[in-house]
Amino acid sequence: MDCKIKNLIKKPRWSPYWVGAGIGVLSWVTFGLMGKALGVSTTMVRAAGALEKIVAETHVLSNDYFVKYFGTAVDPKPVFEWQFALVIMLVLGAFFSAWLSGEKFREEVPRLWEWRFGPSRMLRNAVAFLGGAVLLFGARLAGGCTSGHGISGSMQLAISSWSFFLSMFVAGVVTAFMLYGENGGEHV
Amino acid sequence: MFENFFADPKILMLGAITGFLFGLLLQKGGVTRFNVILGQFLFKDFTVLKIMLTAILVGGIGIYGMRAMGWDVPLHIKNAALVGNVVGGLIFGVGMAVLGYCPGTGVAAMGDGSRHAIFGVLGMLVGAALYAEAYPWMKSEVLGIVDMGKLTLTTASGQSPWWFIAGMLIIALGVFLFIEGWELKKSKYFRE
Repeated sequence: MDCKIKNLIKKPRWSPYWVGAGIGVLSWVTFGLMGKALGVSTTMVRAAGALEKIVAETHVLSNDYFVKYFGTAVDPKPVFEWQFALVIMLVLGAFFSAWLSGEKFREEVPRLWEWRFGPSRMLRNAVAFLGGAVLLFGARLAGGCTSGHGISGSMQLAISSWSFFLSMFVAGVVTAFMLYGENGGEHV
Repeated sequence: MFENFFADPKILMLGAITGFLFGLLLQKGGVTRFNVILGQFLFKDFTVLKIMLTAILVGGIGIYGMRAMGWDVPLHIKNAALVGNVVGGLIFGVGMAVLGYCPGTGVAAMGDGSRHAIFGVLGMLVGAALYAEAYPWMKSEVLGIVDMGKLTLTTASGQSPWWFIAGMLIIALGVFLFIEGWELKKSKYFRE
């Protein structure tokens, strides 16, 4: 029995079905115990706002979107709330998981990217930065990301979330095929 | 400057534990890897779809189950501002295929050793700040075009949520069987 658990912990990959079920159970905790929906991208707004506040406080306090999350100067809401803690611990959880299975993974430029666009780290980092900006802009326009809309929203049968999920999947497929072509799949 | 900076410690603790386990599951599931995410969009690797559909099913059964047992579990439905949801989703999909991560997996990927994910997360902060600037315009010109409020399949149809959950279960099982069959065939083909 002990040995079985040890093997499971050391195994670098778990069945995606078990992982999905685990994430589903985590959402029971957030909905049932915390009264919240599991999500990530709102924290990016709080973090961006908190950083921007250091240089341009009045600008942030007068922006309607930041006011939604920070409150007003008279009635401020906490910046560091539960989802902020969640996002920081995501890094540690993934790090711990990789350490458990003894994986020493380092990736500067992904294999598929290198096959198509060459080994330049600078290019990859610049495009990753741009991609991240586009990603979050879209998430905030839609009202959530893969976790907040895609998983938490879809499980509640929300129309908004299923609309998001389907459109993001279609756009992802089209973009991936435009970037890497039909033979891209051979290099994943 | 930051009065009231931290939220209630109990809820922070729960958030931290959830985040840690979420990060662990994402890494063990393989979705903290660029190649797995792009593999999904290129129809080469179906890990992302398997994880998401299972999470949706298990989560949905749990939440509607708790409510059916009379527990006070409020729903958190996002507004069906459909133009925003769809256009935002399309922009999101482009960004996800370019970066190779979504926000959650991108943050977790930093802990899994992906260096370029760090730049992706920095870009996310910029994207969030840009959206804050665009928000007044979006609010008046885009988000209001179609806004059906906190609509779900249940409230829209007047039917029990269990019909939809049962339907999702049947569709998901069909999809899983199809994918597993296809993967089995492919692995046999490569062995020969």
